[in-house]
Amino acid sequence: MSDEQGEPPVTGSTADDAPVAIQLTDIVKRFPGVVANDGVNLTVRSGSVHAIVGENGAGKSTLMKTLYGAHKPDEGTITVNGKQEDFSSAKDAIAEGIGMVFQAFMLAANLTVWENIVLGDEPGSRFSLNAGAARSSILELGQQYGLEVDPDALISDLGVGDKQRVEIVKVLYRGAKIIILDEPTAVLVPQEVDALFASLRELTTQGATIIFISHKLDEVLKHADAITVIRQGKTVGEVDDPSSVTSRELAEMMVGSELPTPETRESTVTDVDVLELRNLTVANAEDGARDLLDDVSFTVHRGEIVGIAGVEGNGQSELVNAIVGLAESTGAILLDGHDVTRLSTRGRRDSGIGYIAEDRQKDGLVMPFLLWENAALGHQHQPPYGKGPWLNVGGARTQTQAIVEEFDVRTPGINVPAFTLSGGNQQKLVVGREMTAEPKVLVAAHPTRGVDVGAQAVIWDILRDARAAGLGTVLISADLEELIGLSDRLLVMLRGQIVAEVDPASVTPADLGSYMTGATTGGH
Amino acid sequence: MFERIWRASLAPLMAAATAIIISSIALIISGNDPIDAFREMWKTIDSTQSVVIIVNVSVPYYISGVAAAIGFKMNLFNIGTNGQYLLAALIAGWAGAEVSLPPVLHVPFVIIVAITVGGTWALIAGILNVTRNVNVVVSTIMLNYIAIGISAFLLAEFFRDDATGGLVANTKLMPDSARLPALNPIFELFGVNFPPNTEVFGFLPFAILLGVAYYVLLNRSLFGYELKLSGMNPAAALAAGVNPKRMVLITLFMSGAVAGMIGLPFLLSDPSFLKYGDAFPTMLGFTGLGLALLGRNNPVGIAAAAIVWATIERATQRLGPIGIPPEIGKILQGSFLLSAVIAYEVVRRRNDAAAVAAAAAATHDLSDSSYEPPENLSTGQGTGAPV
Repeated sequence: MSDEQGEPPVTGSTADDAPVAIQLTDIVKRFPGVVANDGVNLTVRSGSVHAIVGENGAGKSTLMKTLYGAHKPDEGTITVNGKQEDFSSAKDAIAEGIGMVFQAFMLAANLTVWENIVLGDEPGSRFSLNAGAARSSILELGQQYGLEVDPDALISDLGVGDKQRVEIVKVLYRGAKIIILDEPTAVLVPQEVDALFASLRELTTQGATIIFISHKLDEVLKHADAITVIRQGKTVGEVDDPSSVTSRELAEMMVGSELPTPETRESTVTDVDVLELRNLTVANAEDGARDLLDDVSFTVHRGEIVGIAGVEGNGQSELVNAIVGLAESTGAILLDGHDVTRLSTRGRRDSGIGYIAEDRQKDGLVMPFLLWENAALGHQHQPPYGKGPWLNVGGARTQTQAIVEEFDVRTPGINVPAFTLSGGNQQKLVVGREMTAEPKVLVAAHPTRGVDVGAQAVIWDILRDARAAGLGTVLISADLEELIGLSDRLLVMLRGQIVAEVDPASVTPADLGSYMTGATTGGH
Repeated sequence: MFERIWRASLAPLMAAATAIIISSIALIISGNDPIDAFREMWKTIDSTQSVVIIVNVSVPYYISGVAAAIGFKMNLFNIGTNGQYLLAALIAGWAGAEVSLPPVLHVPFVIIVAITVGGTWALIAGILNVTRNVNVVVSTIMLNYIAIGISAFLLAEFFRDDATGGLVANTKLMPDSARLPALNPIFELFGVNFPPNTEVFGFLPFAILLGVAYYVLLNRSLFGYELKLSGMNPAAALAAGVNPKRMVLITLFMSGAVAGMIGLPFLLSDPSFLKYGDAFPTMLGFTGLGLALLGRNNPVGIAAAAIVWATIERATQRLGPIGIPPEIGKILQGSFLLSAVIAYEVVRRRNDAAAVAAAAAATHDLSDSSYEPPENLSTGQGTGAPV
């Protein structure tokens, strides 16, 4: 999120008097113990690109699922093209021309593009599939809307941008005129984002209406015709003319308070090596395939944050796993001058590697475990959690209470299971747990992914304070602002290799995007 | 405290009510009066002798339940407890009759032989799993048949007591030094009067100790922590530095070792056995799987389940002579187990939703927790019910 004024919309094609395509009035949706939508109003004009912005957990996705018929609202009305609707399933919504592209792609990797597109709505008779008809209608749709896809390509061979295009064609194939996209740009690099919005704009000129969810305010200001801001389940702002607001104003509407920034202050980098990777390589299990991590060498100094940029799936996970000891690797890892290559995961963590896993619910926490049991995770055999062969329950509880207080984990207590906490509080517990063990090196994979702005600010502060205290950090993130803001040095990974080293003080997200896709090569 | 007990008993009580209703319907369909049947059942168990028999029968059930629970806690389904205890009982019974030791050593000797054999037999499935990735369910089931075959062979060819002729095959009777005395004198101190030929078997204290050890190991030891961790989230266990292969091997050994103890109450304290032979009970392992489920892997719960099982069996014994099919006992057990599993799940979902709501209310946090606990896990410690 930056300060500068957003550019005006690319086209101003929609007039304020265009007919209303969607009207949601006073939508209330409750889940056990949570009111996800608490009186949301939304007016979307036909032929416009409408953005819905809000923090994680503000209720955006819930609202879109209501509109898409995935669940019924407890109160409020849905009007589509002037007709009041009562969707009882997504099928009803599709029948009214509403289609949704989910954040996580729903494509079968081992089927072709056309097979995925027609899945569930196949042309032909009950017993035979008319592949020719499917191919030609897909090509036709592609030409009409400027969304060309190769019908016979295998999904597993496509990049994220292409996969997303397939998802959009899939929705169009079902006759959708109103298309909802849930965080469509989360997985795209800047160049792909521009291409996506060009396609969406093209769709609107053909009569489609686009609604997209985002929390990236610059792209919202650049591409949307109108914006609705949601905070804590309520509509808090409606912007009909995006050129009249700045991204900072929008962000403050979204958060309801002052914004944090990821900027690090003065440099604390020393010339003491704390982590040195030499020719680290992770082979691909498939014979003959290129290495997943290919001859990676770099050094992290005390007090330094080294950021790793890259499109997801270019070896970052393998790098993390190789450092932590979760992946078989060749090469050498030196921690504080000692060779830890031969140590197990436990041995490496005991010698001072802290680890914030990419997916906290899968690797970082045990959801049904109580908070104090989770605080012991990875440190269970060390004081104060463990005492010889025994678990020190008293010590673990005391320590957990301290972590909860110091790292601002909002919880009713330490004897509740982890799944009761929000994502941000779960992550603060993970970060607090790792920091409390006083590591020499921290491997932080996506430390603020899916957490709210408040928790994000807390986690950024923790990382900065630890850096000032001499911690060496390897930071992997898909959030380019976070990488640029926090890192002292940025390495770009592509196809398992480090392809560039850039100075975060001078690089822009757009430049970084070029390195990440391989459009620009080499460092500076 | 009372509220906790009440909450833990709510689901089983609901299940018991359902089971009684279902078996009443079965009784009515078969032309019997359910009231008569249940009155007869109550009369059967309403005596000191019946209570003693129920306790004695429930001890091996309980041990079998604990053996299964150890595996369940790590999502390892040791379906092979049957084979493990049969082989263990045969070898321990034979070895116990072959040696001559003072009582303080003889009993521990038999116990150690039994747990070693049971554990080692289970370990075969563990080794197949970690080296060849063979599914534990499949290998433990198949090892049952191998164990039954091997024990029949060993008994017939090597361990048979030649003194007992004819068609019966059993090991030699163990000497008195290997016999645990009956617990009657202790209960008599509290004024209990025993009818003749009624003994509380001396293995009972060992079973209680086993439950305590199981509880402490699971909830107070690092090993127990890592075991539950590996069962609930193997990926997080790996990231926390736990070696999953080592955990599989140790857990299966321990489950098998406890399974090896299932036959010990008969060998060491049941005057009608004190040896392994053709008459030895053969299906206790499978019963334990259901009891672990019913008792939610908790030692007190498994003990309660074992007592209920033994009570139903005792209560239905005299139904036959008065013309009511005793199979009603199986219907009671089966419908009880099924409804309990359903009731646990209903209660678990309700409790989880309440916990999420309480946390949200306490922290005024509006974010919707997208996490849904996997079906086979329950919240908190010590209550993970598998399947």
